[in-house]
Amino acid sequence: MRVEVNERDGQFQGGRTPEPQLLVRLRGVRKLFPITRGILFQRIVGNVHAVDGVDLDIYKGETVGLVGETGCGKSTLARVLMRLYDASAGSIEFEGRDITRLGGGGLRALRRDMQMIFQDPYASLNPRKTVGSIIGTPFRLHHIVPTSRIKGEVQQLMELVGLNPEHYNRYPHEFSGGQRQRIGVARALALRPKLILCDEPVSALDVSIQAQVLNLLEDLQEEFNLTYLFIAHDLSVVKHVSDRVAVMYLGKIVEMAVGQTLYQNPKHPYSGALLSAVPIPDPDLAAAKKRIILEGDVPSPIDPPSGCRFHPRCPNAQFPRCSDEEPQLRPHHPGQVAACHFPLEDRAIIDESAGV
Amino acid sequence: MAVPLLEVKDLRVQFPTEDGLVKAVDGISFSIDPGETLGVVGESGSGKSVSFLTVMGLTRSRTAIIEGEVLFQGQDLLTLPNEEIQGVRGSQISMIFQDPMTSLHPYYRVGVQIAESIRTHQKVSKQEGMEQAVEMLNRVGIPRPEERARQYPHEFSGGMRQRAMIAMALSLNPDLLIADEPTTALDVTVQAQILDLLDRLKQEFNASVVIITHDLGVVAEHCDHIQVMYAGKIVESGDRRDVYYDSHHPYTWGLLSSIPRMDETSARERLNPIKGLPPSLIHIPPGCAFHPRCPYRFERCDQDVPSLLTSDGHHASACHLSLADKERIFKENVMARS
Repeated sequence: MRVEVNERDGQFQGGRTPEPQLLVRLRGVRKLFPITRGILFQRIVGNVHAVDGVDLDIYKGETVGLVGETGCGKSTLARVLMRLYDASAGSIEFEGRDITRLGGGGLRALRRDMQMIFQDPYASLNPRKTVGSIIGTPFRLHHIVPTSRIKGEVQQLMELVGLNPEHYNRYPHEFSGGQRQRIGVARALALRPKLILCDEPVSALDVSIQAQVLNLLEDLQEEFNLTYLFIAHDLSVVKHVSDRVAVMYLGKIVEMAVGQTLYQNPKHPYSGALLSAVPIPDPDLAAAKKRIILEGDVPSPIDPPSGCRFHPRCPNAQFPRCSDEEPQLRPHHPGQVAACHFPLEDRAIIDESAGV
Repeated sequence: MAVPLLEVKDLRVQFPTEDGLVKAVDGISFSIDPGETLGVVGESGSGKSVSFLTVMGLTRSRTAIIEGEVLFQGQDLLTLPNEEIQGVRGSQISMIFQDPMTSLHPYYRVGVQIAESIRTHQKVSKQEGMEQAVEMLNRVGIPRPEERARQYPHEFSGGMRQRAMIAMALSLNPDLLIADEPTTALDVTVQAQILDLLDRLKQEFNASVVIITHDLGVVAEHCDHIQVMYAGKIVESGDRRDVYYDSHHPYTWGLLSSIPRMDETSARERLNPIKGLPPSLIHIPPGCAFHPRCPYRFERCDQDVPSLLTSDGHHASACHLSLADKERIFKENVMARS
């Protein structure tokens, strides 16, 4: 079964380019990880439904935020899009070209256009290589800059991301967490990609440093007209950087909206619960917030619940409809779609009297 | 005024290393009243964890240099011999940590581990210990506690493990619970559940709670009193409303303006981060440790160390700016944003 995302219904409000151009188009993307038993003759006894039918459009120059709890499939989705995993079903288009089964040289050329920034700047940089060598690796792999000019290019990149170019010969351990993340950003930028997937890029950083890196990412987006898919579990960060935010639950996108709309008028009860759980650094507003409290844990993605996957934890669930019939993404406010049979009222988590 | 439960006086913790002396905690004084929830905010290396590990007697390495007094119910914990501090630790002060997977032993059943901590301090039989453990698991909201007590930590989800840790920490009815980044490793919905649980249990057990965190949102929702730490010192301390609506220290202002806020209405407002990096604790800048990053510094700041002073008896800050200046700058530059 395929879920049609009608996010073009109503007005497109996201990207800052006047004529939004489609960069990425995902249709019905699934990624199942088989669970096997036996050593010699491995039998498949089940599948982890990590990503289970996702449709997503990303336009040039915009930032799409992807939020959800641990195990909802947000990182798997990014890795499928990067072609680090092969999709089990569905299609991936990049600039109108089907890249779902691209291999060999075609895939290598594609990697110039798509790069990734990872969460842990300690684990994603080789400790035995100098910074210059780490940032220069993409140039060497893709042979786009003559060897003699690599050093100059790397130093330019270092300056661009706010590192001292004189530190070219230093090793990652000589840098702080924030600076290491800048090294990761410089490496991702080296080939002037069109799309950068940021997988929890600031989660490991202290707040003051986190703000510096977020500002850097914004500046680079302006300068190079970059498109970001921004994954994070911190909803305040995602809302801050994103034009549109997609909420994932158990392998599916359950709601997608412009950040402000999502925050003020979440439609899916899961989005509402997620947003209302975010602590607000303002005692009065925090007290005025209406909480939607969820019971229990996320069910296992091996055998996801029938109907709406959220129904066992949903405070608004009505039976048997929610447990039988899978809700489709339907438009609500302009630029907002949500998959719920009984969506939330407007301003369900903000107290009007608080004057937010 | 009530007698404070915990009173820390001029605590200093230093670790000699090959590169020099690390001044992890550099002379802090504060007190916690019975039933109070104190939030301790700061970034990595601000000394917030080390100071409370020292209170618990957990930094007694051979080389650590510890000075000052830690008076718990009038008794100085720093001078207690190891055997006696073990009696206090667990039964009167207990602590939970960020990562519940590393704080639970993977080879023992969860119930057994809780029962063991009870039996260390109380003369009860194995069976009674286990019964109490099940009762505690029930009180922290773990469904089917009898069954759960017989399971191993890996069979618990992250949130359930943290609940089990809280059950263990509260099993001896301590007067003070120190929670060091208790929800940092958890998802927001689980974080909210755990913090609500702490609020509820604090009432039930009539305990004081310290929440150590870097998350200003957590503190705003759950703490009565807040102290902000920077480079081993308390730079601001006050009631929740003082710190959020009338902050008196440029570092706190910096923190408040660097966090993206869920409730900001205009989209993509630019963040205003604190410039530069936190200092090395071996070479702490002279004068005010924050001066190299402070946009409001003047001549005095790199010479005199500002002391933590209060104008009204409870809201204190360590900054040379005049009170009028602080109030003006906060109103114009920090509050204006939200």
